[in-house]
Amino acid sequence: MATIPDQPQNQRERRQSSDHESFLSHRNMRWLKVALVLCLVAIVSYFWIDVSPRHNGGSWYGYTLGTIGALLIVWLSLLGIRKRNITAGRWSLKAWTSAHVYLGLALIVIGTLHTGFQLGWNVHTLAYVLMMVVILSGIYGVAVYATLPASLSNNAREMTRSQMVEALAAIDRQLQSAAQPLGREESDLVIAALEQGTFDWGIGSRLSGRYRKCATTRALAYFADDWSRPVGSDDPKDKVRALLGRRKSQLDQIRRHLRIRALLEVWLYIHIPVTIALLAALTAHVISVFYYW
Amino acid sequence: MPVENGKANYRVAIIGSGPAGLSAAARAAALGMSHMLIEKTDHLSDTIFKYQKGKHVMATPSNLVLRSDLDFDAGKREFILDTWDEQIASGKINVQLNSEVSAITGAAGNFVIEIKGGVPIHAEAVIMAIGTQGNPNKLRCPGADLPLIQYQLDDPGEYFDEHITVVGSGDAGIENALGLAADPKQNNVVSILNRGSDFARAKSANVKLLEEAEAAGRIFVRRETAPAEVRPGELVLETRDGQETIHCDRIIARTGSQPPRGFVEGCGIHFTSEDRGAFPKLSPSFETTQQGIHVIGALAGYPLIKHCMNQGYDVVEFLNGNLDLKPADEPILAEKFSALPGVRTVDQWLETFRNNVVILQELSPLQMRELMLDSTVAGYDAGEVIFERNDPGSSMFGIAEGSVLVEVNPADPTITVPIEEGSIFGEVGLISGRRRGSTIRAAEPTIVMELSRTAALKLMATAPSAARAVNAISIERQLLQMFGSGLTKADVAQLVEAAELVDVRAGQVVVTEGAEDKDVYVIRRGSMIVEKMIGGAPVFLSYLPAGSCFGEMAIVDGSPRNATVKAAIKSEVVRFPGEAFVALLDRKPALRAKAMAEMASRREVNSFIESPKDSFGSAVDMYSETARFLIDNGIGEATDVLLIDEKLCVGCDNCEKACADSHDGLSRLDREAGRTYAHLHVPTSCRHCEHPHCMADCPPNAIKRGPDGEVFIDDTCIGCGNCQRNCPYGVIRMDAKPPEKPSLLSWLMFGAGPGPGEASYSWRKKTAEKQGRESPKVAIKCDMCSGIDGGPACVRACPTGAAIRVTPEKFLTFTKLSEDAG
Repeated sequence: MATIPDQPQNQRERRQSSDHESFLSHRNMRWLKVALVLCLVAIVSYFWIDVSPRHNGGSWYGYTLGTIGALLIVWLSLLGIRKRNITAGRWSLKAWTSAHVYLGLALIVIGTLHTGFQLGWNVHTLAYVLMMVVILSGIYGVAVYATLPASLSNNAREMTRSQMVEALAAIDRQLQSAAQPLGREESDLVIAALEQGTFDWGIGSRLSGRYRKCATTRALAYFADDWSRPVGSDDPKDKVRALLGRRKSQLDQIRRHLRIRALLEVWLYIHIPVTIALLAALTAHVISVFYYW
Repeated sequence: MPVENGKANYRVAIIGSGPAGLSAAARAAALGMSHMLIEKTDHLSDTIFKYQKGKHVMATPSNLVLRSDLDFDAGKREFILDTWDEQIASGKINVQLNSEVSAITGAAGNFVIEIKGGVPIHAEAVIMAIGTQGNPNKLRCPGADLPLIQYQLDDPGEYFDEHITVVGSGDAGIENALGLAADPKQNNVVSILNRGSDFARAKSANVKLLEEAEAAGRIFVRRETAPAEVRPGELVLETRDGQETIHCDRIIARTGSQPPRGFVEGCGIHFTSEDRGAFPKLSPSFETTQQGIHVIGALAGYPLIKHCMNQGYDVVEFLNGNLDLKPADEPILAEKFSALPGVRTVDQWLETFRNNVVILQELSPLQMRELMLDSTVAGYDAGEVIFERNDPGSSMFGIAEGSVLVEVNPADPTITVPIEEGSIFGEVGLISGRRRGSTIRAAEPTIVMELSRTAALKLMATAPSAARAVNAISIERQLLQMFGSGLTKADVAQLVEAAELVDVRAGQVVVTEGAEDKDVYVIRRGSMIVEKMIGGAPVFLSYLPAGSCFGEMAIVDGSPRNATVKAAIKSEVVRFPGEAFVALLDRKPALRAKAMAEMASRREVNSFIESPKDSFGSAVDMYSETARFLIDNGIGEATDVLLIDEKLCVGCDNCEKACADSHDGLSRLDREAGRTYAHLHVPTSCRHCEHPHCMADCPPNAIKRGPDGEVFIDDTCIGCGNCQRNCPYGVIRMDAKPPEKPSLLSWLMFGAGPGPGEASYSWRKKTAEKQGRESPKVAIKCDMCSGIDGGPACVRACPTGAAIRVTPEKFLTFTKLSEDAG
């Protein structure tokens, strides 16, 4: 029920308009379309063009596909630089990611057709295998990027990572003073829980979210509910039990956070080193091809 | 010392030993004028004394020459204070410390300055340089004068084995209590009293720490409790359940402070207006309405050290009869005016502007000078554009010579409305904080002055007639703009006459659904949200930015209000009585037809939102809740805000790294912190508010709105931290510019330096030390990457598309939000 003054799009908004859409659907899936066309042309021409005796990487057609593939690999690996080199200009990392994903997938078709399905125990096949490993780890990356962020946000419940760690430390301080009246054996359990580092666990625990030998869980099991005392009594054991319960749930939040972050990042530890290996193998492959020409 | 009737009688008494008072005393000593410098505390220059240790004090404005017998240049707090102490001692300056002035009586030639608990001082003239800090509020209960009460806590580590009670529930009180209880070895019993039941005035981080300390038994927090009586060693408390007496060795009272205005007015000095921001009325020689009493420094409206010191010098020179002294800012003004055609002196130009521009006619020459320092002047040839439609800008223009033309119709620049000599323009941008509504050209050779937002607001606060004139003109122009061409000033004169300005609190309802009232409103500043009860719950219909009109449907078709309109943030609306509006519509049938057509289209929009409520109820609820969440988080007053879609955000923090790498290596955004609703996250990052809170109290006026609408801090920042405290969203940080990092390539190849993004604090500190650089801490905030081709780096650098920048009027719409929620 009101009149809003009309404000046509002005210079500033043109300058920085950012469409609210994911990298996968960027610009109506422009790069998916480009990649599909590329694959289609490659597949159709593969069957259209007759190479004798059979398709192989050394024919003019194979060289063409190989050149396209090699250029793509080099360009795809430049994403790592683009991401870190914040220069001025009208580029968008989202567009780069979008192109990276779809053109990277197209590389499966181009690379495979380039081989002419001739694989063996040599540097050429090594380059192909490394490429496929990079692409497969990338597919995992796309899958977790598309599915996990929402659960990361749900778990955080508006807390930052350092706030979670601080909250745990606050519980620990209270736990420490609450445990003072306890006996030797009981306080040892609490001390063990307090002394166990939050981040000193292996990659296995972090990824699976299963923390065997968790001292907090053990202490909590020891101080199991004792219904002989009235609820909310001032007994130090009840206080410790309540605090241990809070510690456990805070720890769980941190662990879930670490798990999701680890799942989101773990593939990069394959994707990037193997990319570097791929670039080396690719160089060897290209040089050897020209050497034996 | 001149002695008369056995009493010391000075030529001048200077109250307050800040930069202004010190400089005045030094000048008086140099001239051999009998004087006394009176200071409340036991040291000189208390405000600078209280700065944190080692703080780098700045000397802005750099183009202003220092005119004082004391030295001052940018440097460490200790060095500046030592220099002054030494020069005051060697300059034979009379200082009386520990003397709080309680009253000034008498008249010019014979003032009596009463000193609390001391001998009165007699002087012919008084210079007041007491600043704006004021005195701490005293406890209001019996025993408030006892020595166990103190109003400041310098070092919480110096108290042991004491029962200490902190009174006051603000940040100062909480921080004191936490400090006193921090080390259990000190063995203090610390209590904090709060009159209310929650700590609403304090930062949430402080409240959290306090609650934690309370849970751990380190601090006793007494809620709904106030001191009733102070006795030696005891404190009587007024609690909800009656009186209670506790053991108490020390009371720390942190209940705010009293601005000095009451004291100043008590001395017979008039202020320019009732406004809280008003200053004492002053003559060109700093004399107040009480003859013989002069006011200089921050109390006179000059918060910068250099200004203060210059005024201290000038006022004593004036007192000494040197009336031809030109102020130190004369060369700055001369340079400003040199750009204008024709050869005139500074005084002549000042008079031209003051006489010709109507709203300035009431100003004193001193105020005129000051206003001019914060303004710019320019000459335009006929036809030259002064500003264009949709340019951002919050300054106001006054026409000193010539006239301008307003292009009222964006489609046809030949349709113009003239604004004559002496009038103003641009005031809509000033009041609403929004973009320019139309393009303005010079009609003939024209000379205009552009008053910065700060200068214009100060003018309106100090000159009530200027405020009235600006308001009347802006209401009239807003009406004319609303109804398009077709109407003349005469048509709306009656409406302008009947218009009334109404302040609206955030959340206050202006129009209630179903009510029968017929008034029409225009939003002058702030913004409103429109809600309608659908199925027993309020549903968010739309967001109205400043400049919008609402409430006119009721008078067009006579129906009751069909929706509720309430303020999203603190706002100001213009209310037009319904009858005057009806009269206008009756006179102008074309206008009524236009209004009817507009209404039909709006009904269509409303019914579109109302219809899915039955079928897709949850989508509408979601939209409504999301809109409300965003408004609660300051989007209502934002012009451009960064949002993160947490369904896409992988937490790589590339936005923060990009921010740091595009701005001297410091990030202006904290992605992780901030509120989230339905996976829409509002990170800690500048909203570029329509009326920025940070601008409210910036001594060097370093915070400005830039050409793309961004609010930015320029390099005259003195690092005082006011903006950081004033920002309700916590987006300003104080930090030193870090040293240059090694290039990206050398990091990639050789691992040199800390890599992309903000370097760790320790790296910055170590590298700066190694390079022997010392840079002061200054305020740092988002500038929307102004001047960087491509726009904000945070958005460009997001790999998944999670980071988006939005404007409220574009984003808070049903289509946008429901599409994004889906």
